[in-house]
Amino acid sequence: MDNARREWALNAVLALALFAVPAWAWVANEPFIITLATRVAILAIAAVGLNIALGLGGLVSFGHALYLGIGGYVAGIAAQHAFNGTPVLGLPGTNQMLPIWAIAMLVSGAVAAVVGALSLRTSGIFFIMITLAFAQMGFFFALSWPAYGGEDGLPIFMRNHFPGLNTNRPWDLFVIAYGVLMVALVLFALLRAARFGAALMAIRQNPDRAAAIGISPFGIRLTAFILSGMLTGLAGAMMADLTRFVSPAMMAWTMSGELIVIIILGGVGRLFGPVAGAAILVGFEVFFGGLTEHWKLWLGLVLLAVVLFARGGLVGLVAGRARHG
Amino acid sequence: MADVVLELRGMCRSFGALTATDDVSLTLQRGEVHALIGPNGAGKSTLMGLISGKIAPDAGNVWLAGRDITGLSVAQRARLGLARSFQVSSLIAEYSALRNVMLALQARQGHSYRFLRPVALDRGLQGQAREILARVGLAPRASVEAAFLGHGERRLLEIAMALALSPQCFLLDEPMAGLGVEGTAQLVTFLHTLKHDAPILLVEHDMDAVFRLADRISVLVYGRIIATGTVDEIRANPAVRTAYLGEEAAP
Repeated sequence: MDNARREWALNAVLALALFAVPAWAWVANEPFIITLATRVAILAIAAVGLNIALGLGGLVSFGHALYLGIGGYVAGIAAQHAFNGTPVLGLPGTNQMLPIWAIAMLVSGAVAAVVGALSLRTSGIFFIMITLAFAQMGFFFALSWPAYGGEDGLPIFMRNHFPGLNTNRPWDLFVIAYGVLMVALVLFALLRAARFGAALMAIRQNPDRAAAIGISPFGIRLTAFILSGMLTGLAGAMMADLTRFVSPAMMAWTMSGELIVIIILGGVGRLFGPVAGAAILVGFEVFFGGLTEHWKLWLGLVLLAVVLFARGGLVGLVAGRARHG
Repeated sequence: MADVVLELRGMCRSFGALTATDDVSLTLQRGEVHALIGPNGAGKSTLMGLISGKIAPDAGNVWLAGRDITGLSVAQRARLGLARSFQVSSLIAEYSALRNVMLALQARQGHSYRFLRPVALDRGLQGQAREILARVGLAPRASVEAAFLGHGERRLLEIAMALALSPQCFLLDEPMAGLGVEGTAQLVTFLHTLKHDAPILLVEHDMDAVFRLADRISVLVYGRIIATGTVDEIRANPAVRTAYLGEEAAP
């Protein structure tokens, strides 16, 4: 079996397993397992977003928690105003997921456009530090904003609604998250295979060459950064609904690090890398977190092993090096 | 002067106390190979940087097809038809030869903001890219990743990418470097046909190749052009002989 086929087989196994495990839990009445699978799916959506910038574009954003947090706060703020019946910025609040997602993506995209336009003028370690700095600004802003909970965070009393489904049932919420993840993966695959992806990956490998044939790196990178922030913002809104709680911790730098860790564990730039990585991370948290409170130490060792011996993450381990044809 | 495709007027550039480019003016005319020669450190690389847009001049202008492009970026100049090859092969290492040329074609068409249609299904782009690879003799190596191509093949792929841009002019930075006798001979033959697509400004160390190819030669010494002329004029020029051809041209 060649590498491409092996990767597709692994992708199919991951996609099926992520559906089958909670489906079994639904039958066996294990809501906790369903919620875990939902968490994997939502983290994976956030990481698919980061994978556009980091995996395809080589832009190591150490501040993607910012977009996760923005999405979360959009969901929390909209829900609070819907709950109180008060307007926000002259608009009524809403407890419907679809408009909340749209707003979360718009706001995240707008913020990513500003952050990207400034930080993409740098590269390497400076880019990493500037994206981190912006995320920290968001973190401290949320921390000191009493109207929406400040450091105590903002609870969502009633989970937001999705047409035709009961979002209070874990299985229904999982189906929503799984569906969005699949759409995100299809869009990622199309983006990567399209002219935009060809240009973006070429710029990652050799920006001077790309410029010499007439492809301006800045515009392509900025577009990728915005799309990346939008998708992570969407995941943030969904994460807020899953936990029914938003807090500045969503924007903490450790969260940005966690998203990077997910991608490295799964496979940088690989389609199902974020799914594999999110599953590994949540799996570790549950199994080793139950045994020892120092589970992050063991996760750190696994991460070290991946970086030293399996640079392609889980997907790379199974399917070898990525080929772009 | 409709035949002038590329023109430099009074280009100057210093790095601190070092004047790398000192009042350089030259023209590149339709259908010619204009070679730029000069000893190491004469400022050839700086001049290439000034023309391609990588380096900003302190003074002077660059004109391409009657348009002042001095203030434009590298990518903007490329889109206007300035195609360059690099002194050290500069390719998209993980892309196959075919994908490298397809990328150049896509850039030429100006359509890099297409998000949903797979490039692999774009028969038009692939067909054109295969034709160009065939023209430089790389067709059998189309599916090999650039990183695994041989040195000579990488040089050819550089030229294929430049060709894919259907440019106004070619800027070739030492295309013969490291090619060996046979490879150089093949490339000289190829460049003889390439100059009819668009004129070539050639920076080259291999004097034999330059003398066989060039219609005109400019000699750069310490950032200044000390002579411009035909092969015979340059060979006969006493200033050039002392400054550059010295040992070779002696008895």
